[in-house]
Amino acid sequence: MRVAILQFPGTNCEFDTQYAFEKLGHTTELVWHEESSLPTEIDLVVVPGGFSYGDYLRSGSIARFSKVMKAVQAFADTGGKVLGICNGFQILTEAGLLPGALKRNNNLHFISKQQHLRVVNSDNAFLNQCSRGEVLTIPIAHADGNYYIDEAGFEALEANGQILLRYCDTEGNPVVVNGSVTSIAGVCNQAKNVFGLMPHPERALESILGSEDGIKMLKGFES
Amino acid sequence: MTAVVNVFLKEGVLDPQGKAAHHALDALGFDGVVDVRIGKQIIIQLDTDNRAIAEEKVKEMSETLLANTVIEDYTIEIN
Repeated sequence: MRVAILQFPGTNCEFDTQYAFEKLGHTTELVWHEESSLPTEIDLVVVPGGFSYGDYLRSGSIARFSKVMKAVQAFADTGGKVLGICNGFQILTEAGLLPGALKRNNNLHFISKQQHLRVVNSDNAFLNQCSRGEVLTIPIAHADGNYYIDEAGFEALEANGQILLRYCDTEGNPVVVNGSVTSIAGVCNQAKNVFGLMPHPERALESILGSEDGIKMLKGFES
Repeated sequence: MTAVVNVFLKEGVLDPQGKAAHHALDALGFDGVVDVRIGKQIIIQLDTDNRAIAEEKVKEMSETLLANTVIEDYTIEIN
């Protein structure tokens, strides 16, 4: 698989993401935000975590207008797979590639810890190596992860199986972490080719560092 | 002309910063505070003297970039 990983001023998870996909045997290429096109024959575009443009105005609001995002939009429109992690998720919601928005955490804190996640839907290109209801452990590290969507939007997400993950306890029961609507931690678009989540699967690749559940998530794109 | 854009979270969208400030005001003994909302103010200098053009431009700026209309409302004042 060939994976393009975007870089904006303030991105800081691009090398972790590169490490993760290369560890799984894939080829990666970093793509600077001023590029107006993506490398050819790309199987996946990852918008990694960080603080693009210092989170000025709103997280992701400025990055989403960068040149490379036009190419990402076109790639997604033709069915190309896109994954947004943390700040990448914020950029994809700002760009309208994913529904909803990410607000400041309810407790106003930057939350950084290992977090249990329940797989809500696995019949998609991302979570197909996981089973529905499975509890994963993946680190989170964000200040603006409070997922908001209005009621009509939420009903559509549920009806279309677009909710990917929810914050939960060890048993899989939803827990309030940042104030997200129904504890949502990740969603996809209606066509199920654009995915976004606040947790960091690229930081969960070695059990000695707390969890290797991230491998299972990122491997999904191989099939 | 100068345009002042005020951006706030929509009614019904919980404003965690406003809520924290509200609690702090209560804790400091200021009574009678019913609600606190925190937003941002964006001041834009424009090179036009035409109010209608200024309003139209700033509305487009607000919809495109300054506010995320999924969660935020905005007001525009032109001076």
